[in-house]
Amino acid sequence: MSASSSSMQGHTVPASGMDNTIESPGQRAPLVLGTGDFHTVTNQVCRVTEHPTVPMAWYVAFGVSLMLLGALGVAVNYLIFTGVGVWGLNNPVMWAFDITNFVFWVGIGHAGTLISAILFLFRQKWRTGINRFAEAMTIFAVICAGIFPGIHVGRVWFAYWLFPIPNQMEMWPQFRSPLLWDVFAVSTYFTVSLVFWYIGLIPDLATLRDRAKGTIQQFAYGLFALGWRGSARHWHRYEVAYLLLAALATPLVLSVHSVVSFDFAVSQLPGWHTTIFPPYFVAGAIFSGFAMVVTLAVPARELFGLKDLITMRHLDNMNKVILVTGCMVGYAYSMEFFIAWYSGAPYEQFAFINRAFGQYWWAYWIMVSCNVITPQLFWFKKVRTSIPAMFVLSLFVNVGMWFERYVIIVSSLANDFLPTSWDEFIPTWVDIATMLGAFGLFGVLFLLFCRYLPMIAIAEVKSVMPEANPHWEGYAKGHGSHGHHGGAPVGSQPAFQDPRPGQP
Amino acid sequence: MTTFATPSSTTAPASTETSVAQTWGLVARFANPAELMHAAEAVRKAGYRYWDCHSPFPIHGIDHAMGISRTILPVVVFGAGAAGCTLGFLLQSFTNSFDFSIWALVWVTGYPFLISGKPLLSFPAFVPVMFELTILLSALTTAFGMLAFNQLPELYHPLLKHPGFGRATDDRFFISIESRDPQFLRSKTGEFLKSLGASSVEVVES
Repeated sequence: MSASSSSMQGHTVPASGMDNTIESPGQRAPLVLGTGDFHTVTNQVCRVTEHPTVPMAWYVAFGVSLMLLGALGVAVNYLIFTGVGVWGLNNPVMWAFDITNFVFWVGIGHAGTLISAILFLFRQKWRTGINRFAEAMTIFAVICAGIFPGIHVGRVWFAYWLFPIPNQMEMWPQFRSPLLWDVFAVSTYFTVSLVFWYIGLIPDLATLRDRAKGTIQQFAYGLFALGWRGSARHWHRYEVAYLLLAALATPLVLSVHSVVSFDFAVSQLPGWHTTIFPPYFVAGAIFSGFAMVVTLAVPARELFGLKDLITMRHLDNMNKVILVTGCMVGYAYSMEFFIAWYSGAPYEQFAFINRAFGQYWWAYWIMVSCNVITPQLFWFKKVRTSIPAMFVLSLFVNVGMWFERYVIIVSSLANDFLPTSWDEFIPTWVDIATMLGAFGLFGVLFLLFCRYLPMIAIAEVKSVMPEANPHWEGYAKGHGSHGHHGGAPVGSQPAFQDPRPGQP
Repeated sequence: MTTFATPSSTTAPASTETSVAQTWGLVARFANPAELMHAAEAVRKAGYRYWDCHSPFPIHGIDHAMGISRTILPVVVFGAGAAGCTLGFLLQSFTNSFDFSIWALVWVTGYPFLISGKPLLSFPAFVPVMFELTILLSALTTAFGMLAFNQLPELYHPLLKHPGFGRATDDRFFISIESRDPQFLRSKTGEFLKSLGASSVEVVES
């Protein structure tokens, strides 16, 4: 459809699949390719949910995710009925896979909020192509994260002690503990992310409602669309609310991983007790989250035919963010070593030398290779715009960031002040099943989201098209009358020119 | 559904002028955001009060063209944020610093936790939770406040069952004028909308 419409309109519309990664001063690169027509955008996004069948790859991925989810169920139930002894924990390694997974998943979530809130405040229009599923990723990642603190307490039925609920013991949570700050930070983060996501979804649910053929779809989408009818008076308050939510989510997202890092930084353990942790954790969270967005966006745009909406420019921009945050993480790694030396504290110095050359040297060097060395390839535009290269590199970052948390947690605990208490952590099958199972839970939720909800923010994508601007020059010249041109505004807007010499 | 095919056909029988009770209003379709905005300016200048624009995405500047006054939502949200911050401090200082009882649905008693000799009222340690509750109450108030001011959810609305209006969430641009507007006259308002360049003007049954 996009190919025919672009040929019909000559060169006035950015061609489908064109290279929009070129920087051309004085011209905005197009963010929606292949069409200048709002209806085509609606069709492209809605056909994923409206099509009676989905690609076979979806079923395969869903089946694998369901199996992993089953493994999670088995592992968690075995843990609850038997006790935390089924994990490979020992004294002194009392946190290992559980908290590694928790920090990993909370970190993944951060990219979604960064894209939806911080890039919104900075008026980065390219965020509209990716914000919806990045926000969905945030919510599902925080759900996965929330499992681990819940089950690691051992006696799960006492998990309600975390909340300030009046009880017969007249006991309260201890609010001076960072672990309790974490409860409030993560639950607030989840609630606010969910609200932000849902508010963004309302206009698109109305679009699905108005297009729905079946009664069930009409009822379900209609119920959650809340009767939205595109009213300008509603849009006014909606935009103010959206801006407020972005402004509230921005400090929130920076605070969440800061609070998570306090779990470590506020303790006295060498390797944990460092002031660099809050910014270092936030940079790492954004780094890992963007890698996960790339990991998910690459197959999603291929599978569901969304290449004109999630363009190469979007991927290129995300890879740049990965490069920048990867360098920040690398800087934090080296600064930790510098401070350990500069502090003159022998325990601190030992903790870091032990990290790189002690019993967990392999985990440390996996972390450095995946987080600092391989992302440097993104300096090259050929790598940033190569689908296979970015997919592999984003997987490396996911692996590297999991190992970062593993290194911080396990290597610091295993070799603490007293050599007689040193030990080694060896994961059991329950540890591994729980870790893989969380990916299954994430996969199931994400695949269901792709199938039944608009993966791309339809209304927001339309609003960044040049045709959405009432002062667009095509309208001044009398173009864009839907009645005469089959719904497509045929403007005389100059096409995005390729500035490279020798190119047509 | 009655369609104003041409302006001359609006000189219909006099009974249509009296059957205002069954008519929710008129809906006029415009080709693109630019024409919608020009028409919106004209409708505002003509003095209509109960009218609205409908578009699949927010159009920059249309609130000015329509004369929509800025919402008071940010003020409400600020109040909610201040309440959240205060609530966070009161919650923590009550539960961790003092041992008196208050009535909060049941009698609850505070507990002065003495942790490594730190002051019972240790304000710096209370800041993270105060911050989180500030954000939480503000964000929930933003979302529910926006819906409340917009009078949503409103699952039934005459426009929603009007044929063709569904494209307002896809690629079409409409202006609706309600029959309860003091200036509303079915024929006159219809002709007025036609004169603004509407490609169709239709009656919406209530």
